[in-house]
Amino acid sequence: MIQQHINQWARQIPSWVVYVLLLIPAPWFFYLGATGGLGVEPIKALEHEYGELALKLLVAGLAITPLRTHLGINLIKFRRAIGLMAFFYVSAHLLVWLVLDVQIVSQIWADILKRPYITIGMVGFILIVPLAVTSNNRSIRTLGPKWRQLHKLTYMVVLSGAVHFLMLVKGFQLEPILYLAVILALLALRLPKKRRVAA
Amino acid sequence: MAHRWKNNLTWDDVTPEAAFLNRRQIIAGMAAGGIAAGLGQSASAAEGLEPNTWEEITTYNNFYEFGTGKGDPAKYAGSLTTDPWSVEIDGLVDKPGSYAMSDIMSAMTTEERIYRFRCVEAWSMVIPWNGFELADLLNMAGVQSGAKYVAFETAVRPDEMPGVARNVLDWPYVEGLRLDEAMHPLTIMATGIYGKPIPNQNGAPMRLVVPWKYGFKSIKSIVRITLTEDEPPTSWNKANGKEYGFYSNVNPTVDHPRWSQASERRVGGGLFSPRIPTLMFNGYEEEVASLYEGMDLSKFY
Repeated sequence: MIQQHINQWARQIPSWVVYVLLLIPAPWFFYLGATGGLGVEPIKALEHEYGELALKLLVAGLAITPLRTHLGINLIKFRRAIGLMAFFYVSAHLLVWLVLDVQIVSQIWADILKRPYITIGMVGFILIVPLAVTSNNRSIRTLGPKWRQLHKLTYMVVLSGAVHFLMLVKGFQLEPILYLAVILALLALRLPKKRRVAA
Repeated sequence: MAHRWKNNLTWDDVTPEAAFLNRRQIIAGMAAGGIAAGLGQSASAAEGLEPNTWEEITTYNNFYEFGTGKGDPAKYAGSLTTDPWSVEIDGLVDKPGSYAMSDIMSAMTTEERIYRFRCVEAWSMVIPWNGFELADLLNMAGVQSGAKYVAFETAVRPDEMPGVARNVLDWPYVEGLRLDEAMHPLTIMATGIYGKPIPNQNGAPMRLVVPWKYGFKSIKSIVRITLTEDEPPTSWNKANGKEYGFYSNVNPTVDHPRWSQASERRVGGGLFSPRIPTLMFNGYEEEVASLYEGMDLSKFY
């Protein structure tokens, strides 16, 4: 069975490998941006690369539980690494926006308050911070059952990321709609079985 | 009538292409020196109006008929057949009909126009266009007295334009100008850049350039020009009327609902490119402000 192969293979890979592999794109894209590899307007390109990678990792993190419950593939040991690296890229995306893109402090505040897609993006960032801070064994121990409750915020974070993307594109574009559809599907798989059958 | 408008930028301001790289390094050095000395440059001085390189102008484009990515037009527009090409000029004109591009070119006098180009997405370039005044073309067809607006239409060719397979916009792309805007000496039909034929991704064989309006008004690869009495529909206004008005004049005091228009970034400055203030009417206030006298520009955005 392919699941067993994957599970066996996953058992042999330490989770630090995931951190290392997922760290590589950050300096790589920055290097590309600085040397012309991201085109003639590298600031927006870098912002988009970090943002889209963050969204992909959020979706990947959301897929872990359905993969186990529906397909028997157990990748749960990588979930913390994926979640923390998603936080890392959300932060990198935000930093590029603040420092390289908008630059002007008064305009940053105006944008956060006045532009709904930026407001939603910021809400997503604020919500992911407590998740990143509590992504360690000690927090799981001290928070007990509250930890699970707290980490349900992930759903809001992922949704806000996808809506942020959907709201910022011009015209009718497919890509952000596909992200949102995948996220809604992954969330739907979490609904109790009975309700899903009824729906 | 050619040469009605005298550019304050001449070819003396343009560096030979081979020297681009060197010049960029020198300018970067000058900019760094300026910052170190704490010099506050005025907007016009800071402009310097150094034209963007051929590479910048031809690899960073919005031409959704070839895809929504900035690099898509350069990648896919090669498939567009631009020769032969003809433009239908109809509506309220004396001599309606199909005008062959070759006939238009032999009738028009092309000249160089180095213009600022400001995209609604808050990036900008300086582009050395070659072209002729739209007024000359319209006069060739003979504008009738009842005409108040000019409508433009881009080619739609599913076989040659991969982007039109998706309904990102309602194809064909259409744009429009008020007749006085169209007849203004700053308004040109561009057929070249840097003295070379205009590349497909920039709107070959002929595209509009209205330098005081956001870039999307400057419709590309035009196949139809119609003189009308009523204000014609425009593509982005149809797609999202709250964000894109008919006029779409560059105006730092009227924000796009999703981002500020107060500043812009000149393409080509790299990862640490500074924002520069956006100028009223993109720096052409002196020439065009009178067209909008008495109009509330926050209402007619």
